[in-house]
Amino acid sequence: MIFNIYDFTSFTQWIDNLLYSNLSPFWALIVEMTLIGLVFLLGYALVGLFLVYLERKVCALMQNRIGPNRVGPFGLFQTIADLIKLLLKELISIKHSDKLLFNIAPFIVIIASFLCIAAIPFAKGLHAMDFNIGVFYVMAVSSMGVVGILIAGWSSNNKYSLIGAMRSGAQIVSYELSVGLSLITMVVLAGSMQFSTIVEAQSDGWFIFKGHISSVIAFVIFMIASTAETNRGPFDLAEAESELTAGFHTEYSGIKFAFFFLAEYMNMFIVAAIAATVFWGGWMPLHIGGLEGFNNAMDFIPPFIWFFGKTFVIIFLMMWFKWTFPRLRIDQLLTLEWKYLLPINLINVLIMAFLVLMGWHF
Amino acid sequence: MVEEIQKTIDTEEEYTINMGPQHPSTHGVLRFVVSLKGELVKNVQPHCGYIHRGIEKMCEKITYPQIIHLTDRMDYLSAHINNAAVCLTVENALEIEMPERVKYIRTIIEELSRIASHQLWWCAFGMDLGGLTCFFYGLRDREKILDIFEESTGGRLIQSYNCPGGLMNDIHPNFQQKVKDFIKYFRKVLPEYDQLLTGNVIFQERAKKVGYISKEEAINFGLTGPSGRGSGFACDVRKRAPYHMYGKVDFKEVLYTEGDTLARYKVRIDEMWESMKIIEQLIDNIPAGDYAVKMKPIIKLPEGEYFQRVESARGEFDVFIISDGNKNPYRIKFRSPNLVNLTAINAMSKDHKIADLVAISGSLDLVIPCMDR
Amino acid sequence: MNIIGYITDIFKGVISLLKGMKVTGSYFFRPWTVVTQKYPENRKKLEMYERMKGEIVMPHNAKNEHKCTGCGICELNCPNGSIEIITFQLVSEDGKKKRAIDKHIYRIGMCTFCGLCVKTCPSKALSFAPNFEHAVFSRERLTKILNKEGSVLEKGVEG
Ligand code: SF4
Ligand code: SF4
Repeated sequence: MIFNIYDFTSFTQWIDNLLYSNLSPFWALIVEMTLIGLVFLLGYALVGLFLVYLERKVCALMQNRIGPNRVGPFGLFQTIADLIKLLLKELISIKHSDKLLFNIAPFIVIIASFLCIAAIPFAKGLHAMDFNIGVFYVMAVSSMGVVGILIAGWSSNNKYSLIGAMRSGAQIVSYELSVGLSLITMVVLAGSMQFSTIVEAQSDGWFIFKGHISSVIAFVIFMIASTAETNRGPFDLAEAESELTAGFHTEYSGIKFAFFFLAEYMNMFIVAAIAATVFWGGWMPLHIGGLEGFNNAMDFIPPFIWFFGKTFVIIFLMMWFKWTFPRLRIDQLLTLEWKYLLPINLINVLIMAFLVLMGWHF
Repeated sequence: MVEEIQKTIDTEEEYTINMGPQHPSTHGVLRFVVSLKGELVKNVQPHCGYIHRGIEKMCEKITYPQIIHLTDRMDYLSAHINNAAVCLTVENALEIEMPERVKYIRTIIEELSRIASHQLWWCAFGMDLGGLTCFFYGLRDREKILDIFEESTGGRLIQSYNCPGGLMNDIHPNFQQKVKDFIKYFRKVLPEYDQLLTGNVIFQERAKKVGYISKEEAINFGLTGPSGRGSGFACDVRKRAPYHMYGKVDFKEVLYTEGDTLARYKVRIDEMWESMKIIEQLIDNIPAGDYAVKMKPIIKLPEGEYFQRVESARGEFDVFIISDGNKNPYRIKFRSPNLVNLTAINAMSKDHKIADLVAISGSLDLVIPCMDR
Repeated sequence: MNIIGYITDIFKGVISLLKGMKVTGSYFFRPWTVVTQKYPENRKKLEMYERMKGEIVMPHNAKNEHKCTGCGICELNCPNGSIEIITFQLVSEDGKKKRAIDKHIYRIGMCTFCGLCVKTCPSKALSFAPNFEHAVFSRERLTKILNKEGSVLEKGVEG
């Protein structure tokens, strides 16, 4: 059987072979890329819409509310209704704004998050590209989004937007460091930057257990820093609706606003997916060395369920942060990064290197 | 043209932004013109008057019982307290002694309004600082008080429950039980407020040493209410010039001396505890009797000047009436604690960040309609 | 920098954050604590407090009789002119002339629900009703005539 929910390698291989045997290599590549693009576009929209819905439901329950309940059963189609509303809304163009940059900004933001998905392994053999420097690629690409935010803030010719964009710039430049370093800690443990290798290495235990103390610290730092990087939760200074009305996207309306909105949620998904992959074993089922029966039972659950399960648990965690904590001030934000996260992180890398050298990990 | 205007507003050093009249953190139509240097606030100019309705002038044309419902519309969060202030002024002018029952009920409802107002302030303050969940918890608990109000007075936000000479109608038979239930419930829930916000490091860091104002300055600016008491200015009218039952119940005047946003915050949280204490002392012994004394159909104050101070949820609310013997006042003046508290905002927020300005204006608990009247 | 202070700071901070998360989390996992209601669906079940100041009504009894004598005191007491009384002269069988109400006009759009009309009416002809769905499509519909068509003054009520 070609299609196997436990292992997609043969399935993707089969499509690949099919295309290459029937078409010239050039066209096969084009068709393949288009296919992947379409699949991702669809997945992107679906996941994005679902996350918006999820966020609303989660925050509603935390706040003793019902949440969306009008459109569709349990309000499931609420976000689709919202999307239609956003599509139909007028795109306001502003005098004295830099038209070109103003229009480009949302695309940069959304492309940056779109590029990231390429590297994420959803299940065994189910990824667009298995870079040998996957971790590095994701870090590099995800930080492109800030360019879009900066452009958006600058080009709208609005002081609130500008303040928001500048805050976001300072924030992402600082927190990028922590995200990178906490991932590097795990790369030290895995000995590879390739996502497939990282996942394979966790077949006898997820890294969060394997690297114990060091991994847990790295995970906590990664969660904090990546929440900050996605401009979410207590770190949403760039939008800070009670201070800057809506920050960098104050002047955006309609579908352009929807792009920012969707990108925010997709970034959250990507960050959670990376956390799940690097710390919690990605699509790898929960294995405990020595317990064969247990391992086999866990293997029975398909990998993509493991992957999405872990991702959504982490997303839930991020939502939980957002709906509990008050927002930080810009100087606190920088203090947190430079005085706390960065030193701890550097020491943590050292500890991890030491652990790996001495073989004190599991 | 635009560039020229821009040049006069934004210099090399500073630039100006408008916060409000439509801005999420001004809680109404207040406008701050803020001069900024980077993120640092250099100067704040409040502009008010966006919902000026001329209430004082309107009052000169209507009779005393009719004035009551206009005072509702000033500080809508302590509507009952405002009503009581006008009623007290009229009653004192006519030298009518209220039945004990009226005093008890007024005091209880006043304290309930104070709790409700502080709850709303708490949730709005949490939201100003970005903790959106606070907003719903505060409103959820406030709803319980509003239900109590609605059952007895018919109004939720604005009750118009007082009238010169007593109350509009008697309390509902369920009133006492419901208030007791609420106190029991709220004693359980209030610690949650602390866990969610007060103890939170982020909140602590954002509130500590922000918007400092010394006791001297607080007195000079005339800060009253929790905002003044956060700087150590003992200004609680309930203690200084007791009215209703306040002279007879046992409660503490909450004082903090730090003078920062956190102190003002803590004053309000502690005041909720104190208010609950006051209500508990009174609720079981509401004496039987009339809920109002018979008044003449047309109330005329004797010629003269009358003054009454009360402690509203935001500070000292004063009513000053000059009567020329007619059925309507010659001049009526309300001292709004909000307007006076607002004056301190520039001194408080100098050299703080924009985010702090939001926190500071939140900690002053401004109600704009009271300011503009 | 004091290392121990630094570390205790971190731990204290984290604990305070966890406390907050406990509160929100505990509500999340107790969905029955939800307090909001699905309004239009539960319309049938909604019970308003009987004193709720929804609108002013003039109760009529089964014989289509009300208590309003048309004295105009409510009109006088209304602070914002929401009430307008139109009366006419009613000639009774024994030839006595009596004032009677023609129209008791009530403009809910102007009413501030102060309750003075209800309180001051000498014959207790008015009362509050707990209706709250007042949305209408045109402004004219906000002006209501409180006495029903063909209604007369209840026997025994003196004006
Ligand atoms: S409603 Fe009452 S006060 Fe008004 S006119 Fe009729 S009887 Fe008089
Ligand atoms: S409730 Fe007050 S405002 Fe409304 S009609 Fe009666 S007197 Fe007038």
